[in-house]
Amino acid sequence: MTKIVVKMENIVTRFGENLVHDDVSLSVREGEIYGLLGGSGSGKSTLLREMIMLLKPDSGSVTVLDTDVLNLSAREAETIRIKWGVLFQSGALYTSLTIAENIGIGLKEYTDIPVELRDDIVRAKISMVGLPEYAAGLYPSELSGGMVKRASLARALAMDPSILFLDEPTSGLDPVGAEAFDKLILALRDSLGFTVVMVTHDLDSIWTIVDRFCVLGDRKVIAEGILDDVMQIDHPVIHNFFKGNRGAIRSKAQYGK
Amino acid sequence: MKENNKKAKVDLVSKADHSLLTCTGEWSLHSITDAAKKLKTAIRQVPDQSRIILDISSVSELDSAGTILLLQFINAAERSMNEIDIVGANKKHQIMFKMYKDQIHDKPTKKRIDNILTRLLIKTGKTTLSSLNEVILFVAFLGESVTALLFYIRHPSSIRFGAIAKNIEEAGIRALPIVALTSFLIGVVIAYQSAVQLEKFGANIFIVDMIGISVTRELAPLITAIVVAGRSGSSYTAQIGVMKLTEEIDAMKTMGFNPFRFLVLPRMIALMIAMPLMIFLADIMGIAGGMLISKLQLNLSFSEFIQRLQNVVDTKHLWVGLIKGPVFAWLIATVGCFRGFQVSYNTESIGRYTTISVVNAIFLVIASDAIFSIIFTELGI
Repeated sequence: MTKIVVKMENIVTRFGENLVHDDVSLSVREGEIYGLLGGSGSGKSTLLREMIMLLKPDSGSVTVLDTDVLNLSAREAETIRIKWGVLFQSGALYTSLTIAENIGIGLKEYTDIPVELRDDIVRAKISMVGLPEYAAGLYPSELSGGMVKRASLARALAMDPSILFLDEPTSGLDPVGAEAFDKLILALRDSLGFTVVMVTHDLDSIWTIVDRFCVLGDRKVIAEGILDDVMQIDHPVIHNFFKGNRGAIRSKAQYGK
Repeated sequence: MKENNKKAKVDLVSKADHSLLTCTGEWSLHSITDAAKKLKTAIRQVPDQSRIILDISSVSELDSAGTILLLQFINAAERSMNEIDIVGANKKHQIMFKMYKDQIHDKPTKKRIDNILTRLLIKTGKTTLSSLNEVILFVAFLGESVTALLFYIRHPSSIRFGAIAKNIEEAGIRALPIVALTSFLIGVVIAYQSAVQLEKFGANIFIVDMIGISVTRELAPLITAIVVAGRSGSSYTAQIGVMKLTEEIDAMKTMGFNPFRFLVLPRMIALMIAMPLMIFLADIMGIAGGMLISKLQLNLSFSEFIQRLQNVVDTKHLWVGLIKGPVFAWLIATVGCFRGFQVSYNTESIGRYTTISVVNAIFLVIASDAIFSIIFTELGI
C-alpha cells in the first residue's frame, strides 16, 4: 500500500449561510499528481487552503504528512510549513524583492547554509524551471505572466518540498505555455519525487499529467480515482465536465467514443 | 536525540597517490552547514593537480542543496586541475547529479566597481538625473491637468459635479472636527504665550490684535493646510496608487475615461472649494480659543474682546488668509495625485510615495506661504 500524504475526512465548510463542503473526504498518495476538479465555486481552492492551514474547516480532520494540521502548536506548524511548497494562482511573488531574493528567502530564513551555496541553489532552481539567467535580478513586475508562474514555482521548490500545492498552475497561460508548464511539473516530479496536489480546471492537464483526481460538485466529492474510472460514473457534473464541447474532442481522441 | 548521526559529514584522508573524501550522513538542506564548511577547507588542503576520490556510498539522503554543494566542490576541484572520481553513487544520487550538473556552472563574473569615489560619482549622477526627470514629469503632469481643466471649461457638461461633491464631503466636511480642534488649540497656545509677555507691560488689550491678525493671516491657513495635506493628500496618493496597481487606471484609459478628468480634477476642484471654507472655520475657532484664554488669564471679557477685534482687525487680514486657501489646496491635490500616478507595480511603493507626497505637500505649502508673505509685505497689504 502506498503511503497517504494528505488525508481529509468529513470536511464541512460554511461561509456564513453558504454551505461549501458537506462531508468531503479524500486522500492523496505519496508521489502522485493529484487533481482537485470542479466548476467555479465548487470549493476546490477552499479545500486547498484548508490543506495548507490558511483556512479552518468548520468540522472534519485534515492530515498532511502524518500531522494533524488543525491542532498544531506554532512550532509544529513551522516545521510542517517548510515541508511543502505552494504556488498561488497569481504567483504571489513578493513585489519588493527580486526574483532571486524571492526564491532564496526561505533558504535564508530557515537554514544556515553558506551564502555561496544559497546563491547556487537559487540559480539552479531558476534554470530548472526554465527561466533565463538574467531573470534573477528582475522584479516580479518586470516579468510576463508565464515567467511569474515559473518564478513562483521555483520559489515553491526552493526548499525541496515533499508536497507541492498548485492552485490553477496553468490559468492565464496560453495553450503552448500551459503544456510546457505541465511537462515541467511532470519532469520535476519524476526526478525529485515529490507529491503534487493541484487545483485545476484545465482539461488538458487532467488528460496529460494528473494521476488521480477528485471531482467536486453539489458540495460533495462526486468521484475520486483515475481518469478511466471517473469517466464511467454517470453524474451530470462529470457529464458536463468531460462531455461538453471541449471535453468531447479529447474523449473522442482518447477513447474513440 | 539522534540529530548528530544524521548530520552530513566529510572525512579527508590523504593517501599516497590520492586523497579520499568520504561523505556520510544526511546531505539535505537542514544538515549540511558543517559539511559545507568542511568541504571548503578540504579543497584548500588537497594539493593541486592531484587525484581525488569522492565516496558518497554512505550518503543516506541527498537533496538539491546537498547535490549542489557536492557539484560546487567538484567544480572547484576541477578548476585546480584535480582529477576527481565519484564512487558509490546509487541510482537516486545519479538522477540528482544529472539534473543539476548542467545548471551549476561557473558564475558569470560580476562587474564590481570598488572605487568608492567612482561609486559616489555614479550615485550622484543617477540621483541628479532622476530628480531632473521628476521635475519634467511634474511639469508634464501640470500641463495635462491644465489641458483637462480647459476641456472642462469648454464642455461644462462634462464636469463631474457628483464626484466633486463627494470629494468635498470626504476632504472638507469630514475634516472639519479635526481642523476646528487643532486651530482652537493653536489659538489657546498663542494666547497663553502672549498673555504672559503682554501682562508685563500692562498691554493686555493688545492680545486682541495679536490673536486676530496672526490667526487670520497666517496660522489658520497654515494649520488647515497641514491637516489637509496629512489627511487628504496622503489618501489621494494611496487611492490613485492602488488604482494603478489593480490596473483600474489602465482600464479607464482604454474605455476613454481620461484619468485627469475623472480622478484628478474633481479632487483638485473639491479641495479648492473646501479649503477657504475650512480656513474660515479655523479662523473662528482660533480666535475663540484666544478669547477664552484672554478671559481666564487677562480678565478680558468676551464683549471687550469682540469690540476691540472689530476696531483693529481689518477684513483684509481675513481675505489674505482665505486667498491662500485655494493655492494651498491646489498644491496639495496636485502633489497627492501626481505621486499617486508615480506608484509602480509593487506594494512597497505605495507606502513610499504616500510619505513623499505628504512631505512634499507640507513643504510646498510652507514655501508658498513664505512667498505670499513677501508679496503681501511688498504690496503693503
